[in-house]
Amino acid sequence: MANIVIENIKKSFGAFQALKGVSLTINDGEFVSLLGPSGCGKTTLLRIIAGLETSTSGDVLIGEKSVIGLPPKDRGLAMVFQNYAVFPHMTVYENVAFGLRMQKADDARVKKQVEKAAGLLHIEPYLDRYPNKLSGGQRQRVAVARALAVEPGVLLMDEPLSNLDALLRLEMRTELKTVLQEAGTTTIYVTHDQTEAMGLSDRIAVVHDGRIEQVGTPVEVYNHPATRFVGGFIGNPPMNFITMPVTNGQVAAGSQQFAVPAQGGEIVLGLRGETVERAQSGQGLDMQVRVAEPMGSHLLLTGSIFGQPARVILPATETVKNGATVGLTLDPKRLTWLSPESGVSYPAAA
Amino acid sequence: MTQSRSWIPYALILPSVVFLGLLFVVPLVQTLWLAVSDNGTPSLANMTTMVTDLNFGRSVLNTFVLTLAVVPIQIIMALTMGSMVAKMNGGRETILWIWTIPLGISDLAAGMVWLSILQNTGYLNSILFGMGLIERQTAWLTYQTPVALFIGIAIAEIWRGTAIVMIIIVAGLNQVPKEFKEAAEIFGASPWTRFTRITLPLIRPALQSALILRTVLAFEVFAVVYALGGRNFPVLVGEAYNWQNQNQNYGVAAAYAVLIMVISLAATLVYLKAVKVDPERLP
Ligand SMILES: Nc1ncnc2c1ncn2[C@@H]1O[C@H](COP(=O)(O)OP(=O)(O)OP(=O)(O)O)[C@@H](O)[C@H]1O
Ligand SMILES: [Mg+2]
Repeated sequence: MANIVIENIKKSFGAFQALKGVSLTINDGEFVSLLGPSGCGKTTLLRIIAGLETSTSGDVLIGEKSVIGLPPKDRGLAMVFQNYAVFPHMTVYENVAFGLRMQKADDARVKKQVEKAAGLLHIEPYLDRYPNKLSGGQRQRVAVARALAVEPGVLLMDEPLSNLDALLRLEMRTELKTVLQEAGTTTIYVTHDQTEAMGLSDRIAVVHDGRIEQVGTPVEVYNHPATRFVGGFIGNPPMNFITMPVTNGQVAAGSQQFAVPAQGGEIVLGLRGETVERAQSGQGLDMQVRVAEPMGSHLLLTGSIFGQPARVILPATETVKNGATVGLTLDPKRLTWLSPESGVSYPAAA
Repeated sequence: MTQSRSWIPYALILPSVVFLGLLFVVPLVQTLWLAVSDNGTPSLANMTTMVTDLNFGRSVLNTFVLTLAVVPIQIIMALTMGSMVAKMNGGRETILWIWTIPLGISDLAAGMVWLSILQNTGYLNSILFGMGLIERQTAWLTYQTPVALFIGIAIAEIWRGTAIVMIIIVAGLNQVPKEFKEAAEIFGASPWTRFTRITLPLIRPALQSALILRTVLAFEVFAVVYALGGRNFPVLVGEAYNWQNQNQNYGVAAAYAVLIMVISLAATLVYLKAVKVDPERLP
């Protein structure tokens, strides 16, 4: 029905290349997040899909039909803008009703849809007010309600929850996920909050410097990042990257030996901090602990492995002194190996 | 600290208040007195003379009709021009610069420019003659051709006074973030709907300023009319000028001045009410 195919989209602003060939397929009813650091091109890509910006080259198909050249209103989508774009001269009610009014919906339907969307985003108390008098977070919810009210086939959201407090954000996240799933809305959700992306998405597309570095389910992207950038961007603490010597296709980590996809030279170990266990004394991979921070739920160790900076997490029941050396046992199934030259990871061992 | 210095803003605006008081309020009071007095005693004689004068009715009518014809056209043209430049990427500044050239020309000079076009030996007749559309020089600006004269004056006024409206409107349009129009576009608004439902309401303050300024100036129209039509097209300020200089009757001239001021104030009040700006509904 309303699947989206993005084919090799490039976009230049003058000499600056904002998008360097982006391809992505989003299935009908799927929830895909675009996750990436500030300035990587997320908003630009969304605006090209919406038809607010023209791409330099490439194609966008919505529901199997190319929409390049179609004006935004003929693309059958709704959008939540990063800076809300809530109309200041209309009440919150009329803002939420705007899309329906444009579709010439009758008053009864408008009322029903507005109340539904307003209820979902907890903005009923402000329906008669003007946006000027609302807080940033309230305005942002008006923008989301305006998009939901038209029950679009495709919904583009540009950091729609960025201005809410942590508690409200968590609640809105769940509610959004529920309604969009029920309605079968194809959703592209831009965020630079990785927990949000992990929690909401069917799949995550990690964007970096105008390119998509990896597309995959949250678990795939987390456990097997395609590149050093993805591993470093996702996860808290980020993935550790430790360059290790390879002898005869093997890497030695303390008493453990791992077969790696290289014969000699060096390889980079991508290690998630929470996948390690404390080894029996005198065994395992040594970590020199500079600071041990008990976080309540876990113990965070900052120090170095093989002389390279690393952060790992141990159960809260462990005690480690600052300056101590601990031995770590690695889980062979949860390691990622990357090429030291390109920073690209080797495919996960079957 | 801030409390003890609260007189500073007052001190800073004092010179301008004194200046305005001396050069505006004093003459204003004098004019008012001049209009409603005769030889130092209160009297409506000047008013009566003004109202019963042969040219009074025509000058009121002419001024109003000219204002009603010129101001809406200027606003519509300025909105169109402003919207057009807003869509441009390159060359915007140049176009705006060209469009605002008439601003740099005085009223009288503007009248002269159009006189050189519209008079018997003017460019218009030369062109029409050259194209074989007329047999001999045609008079456009006489008492016998009131419609042509009116159109000529209206065109000259529009040419001269649209730029200031456009500058105000362009400034207003620049204040409207493009996201509002984009959001409306996404939700299915046609270009016309975007203009009427989004752009126009958001430039209300600029529209209000432009309307007030232009209308007040239109009621004060004089030099262009004088250059093109002389006394063939009497207007209020023209009558004031005649009573002052030809007839040396300062009292009736003052009565006209007061009438113009009252009309301008009334128009301003009408606009303030009709094009209301609610700060709560602005970005
Ligand atoms: N109209 C424009 N003209 C020139 N450069 C632009 C324009 N729009 C965006 N850019 C540039 O393109 C790059 C990508 O911008 P974009 O807004 O897509 O980033 P983003 O990923 O949405 O960032 P953020 O998370 O901060 O919103 C940025 O470097 C930006 O400076
Ligand atoms: Mg952005």
